[in-house]
Amino acid sequence: MTTAAAGPGARYTWGGDEFLFVEIDEAMSLAANFRSNAMASLLAADHVDGVSDICPANASLLIRFDPDVLPPGDLEARVRRIEEAVARTAHPTLETRVVEVPVWYNDPYTNETAARFRANHQRPEGTDLEFAAAENGLSSVDEFIQRHHGSPWLVSMVGFVAGLPFMFQIVPQEQQLEVPKYLSPRTDTPALTVGHGGCFACIYSVRGAGGYQMFGIAAAPIFDPAQSLPDFKDFMVFFRPGDIVKFRPVDEAGYRQIQGEVEAGTFRYRQAPVQFDLERALDDPAGYNREILERLNGV
Amino acid sequence: MAFEILEPGLATTVQDRGRFGYYNVGIPQSGAMDELSAEMANALAGNTPAEAVLECTYMGPRFRTDMDAVIAVTGAPVDVKVNGRVRAQWSRLELAAGDEVSFGILQGGTRFYIGVRGGIDVPVVLGSRSTYGLGGIGGFAGRPLRAGDLVPVGGGAGALGGQEPRQEIDDGLRPRFEKEISVRVMPGLYDHRLTEQGMETLLGATWTLTPVADRTGLRYSGPEMEWRPRQQPFGAGSDPSNIVDAGYAVGSIQIPGGKEPIVLHRDAVSGGGYAMVATVISADMDLLARSAPGTRTRFRPVGMEEALAARHERRALLAQLWGTGT
Repeated sequence: MTTAAAGPGARYTWGGDEFLFVEIDEAMSLAANFRSNAMASLLAADHVDGVSDICPANASLLIRFDPDVLPPGDLEARVRRIEEAVARTAHPTLETRVVEVPVWYNDPYTNETAARFRANHQRPEGTDLEFAAAENGLSSVDEFIQRHHGSPWLVSMVGFVAGLPFMFQIVPQEQQLEVPKYLSPRTDTPALTVGHGGCFACIYSVRGAGGYQMFGIAAAPIFDPAQSLPDFKDFMVFFRPGDIVKFRPVDEAGYRQIQGEVEAGTFRYRQAPVQFDLERALDDPAGYNREILERLNGV
Repeated sequence: MAFEILEPGLATTVQDRGRFGYYNVGIPQSGAMDELSAEMANALAGNTPAEAVLECTYMGPRFRTDMDAVIAVTGAPVDVKVNGRVRAQWSRLELAAGDEVSFGILQGGTRFYIGVRGGIDVPVVLGSRSTYGLGGIGGFAGRPLRAGDLVPVGGGAGALGGQEPRQEIDDGLRPRFEKEISVRVMPGLYDHRLTEQGMETLLGATWTLTPVADRTGLRYSGPEMEWRPRQQPFGAGSDPSNIVDAGYAVGSIQIPGGKEPIVLHRDAVSGGGYAMVATVISADMDLLARSAPGTRTRFRPVGMEEALAARHERRALLAQLWGTGT
């Protein structure tokens, strides 16, 4: 791995007269995501008049602008300069945080929902976890769950609906867990379902439609419009692109205990600041992941 | 100072000009779907363009005012009734405390707007009073109205100060609610993923709006379109209409599986894994919002210059409405 480059130049195209779309790469990779986030950060730091939304995604970047204030050509030229600056960065790093997210895997809520929507699924019998384990050539659900929480994930995009994180596991491509989405989407998914589609994990922030496989349920909110928990004091959405997530399996008792803390208004996510180094993550994922997770010790 | 909701209607929500700056965490702009009609309601009520109005979908609410009020109803054609007597749409109406307002059956279009002097005075959330129902934020308790709700009305004397608001909107200024429309789109985004014939079909066919149309998006029926075959990139999903999940432009057109194009509107999901192939220009988003199911729709391709010219034309129309030179 010589550079952090995600292939040659990005592709620029317009989404009508108010959106500029920049495709960094057709394929998903840590490097492409890193570049998208770096470009978004630099553009945000410029506080450009006429730019209202800067949305980094998995391997692309979407920018909303007001062409009456900022002519489209001026915006494109500016973003191209930022792209070049990011490409020149010799040693890309990201100042971020690592967050521990407790999950009750194989829980009754998502299993009940999965059973209700079996007609939408590739495999009429069994659970989504059993399907996912088989799809990835693993001998048991337990082994799949172990792989799921064994290595941390990078929040590569926040969106679809309010506060929903898409996550990409920080492991070599051949170790990525890949599972197809449901054949046709469900009309219901419990809030806080830990889902998976393609190579991406997600946590559904609100109850609603969804097409990702369901593996468990997160124990604490990630979207809190009432801003009642301390982690949401500044903003109702918890996750930001670039966050690193470590899933921690809990059993029913652990889940209930956290629910109690949430109701009492005392729950806080365990988290620690970390500088994420792309090259080290690509060169030695296992070793580097251990190092990141050690930051959570003693928090 | 409130409207007491006696019957909520089908999907009545509080909307203003929208909430910008949070699309990067999945919170869409929201705001009135048919912006021009909403602004006209405000102009008649004697507000600024920024006040919140009620957006009524298909079936209007029935409500009672607990104070004297100035209201106006604009948008899709519908009978407006005050204490059971039909009153004019597109004009300023004075209500006395205790008056009851109700509506007849929609005679076209999809949404109409109720503006009230002082505006609907719900709390501002992230810079806007608009309802984002999926996230449960903004508007009245983050949801469509229900019977029994007391919807607060602002106590301001009207933002125009002493200036007398318009009595009515001239017929020539009012938007049309037609059964056949042509919508201008800018091809782009992932249009290279469709075959040439697929793109010709999208831009040449007449599409029919299905009943699957709401604030998030509108689905159209018509012929199928073909995607170029390819080895799918890592992470993109198996269908040729799939891409690695990306941000969705508001107004963008996606064609899952090559059939039934979907145009995202003001409550858009902010991203996903379907290739977008064109985007409705900002000046024509209202046209979609006015469409009723069954509306025959053509997508006409334009470039950035024509899109900007249409945008300026729309601004000039609004300037005429507000009697300003901007």
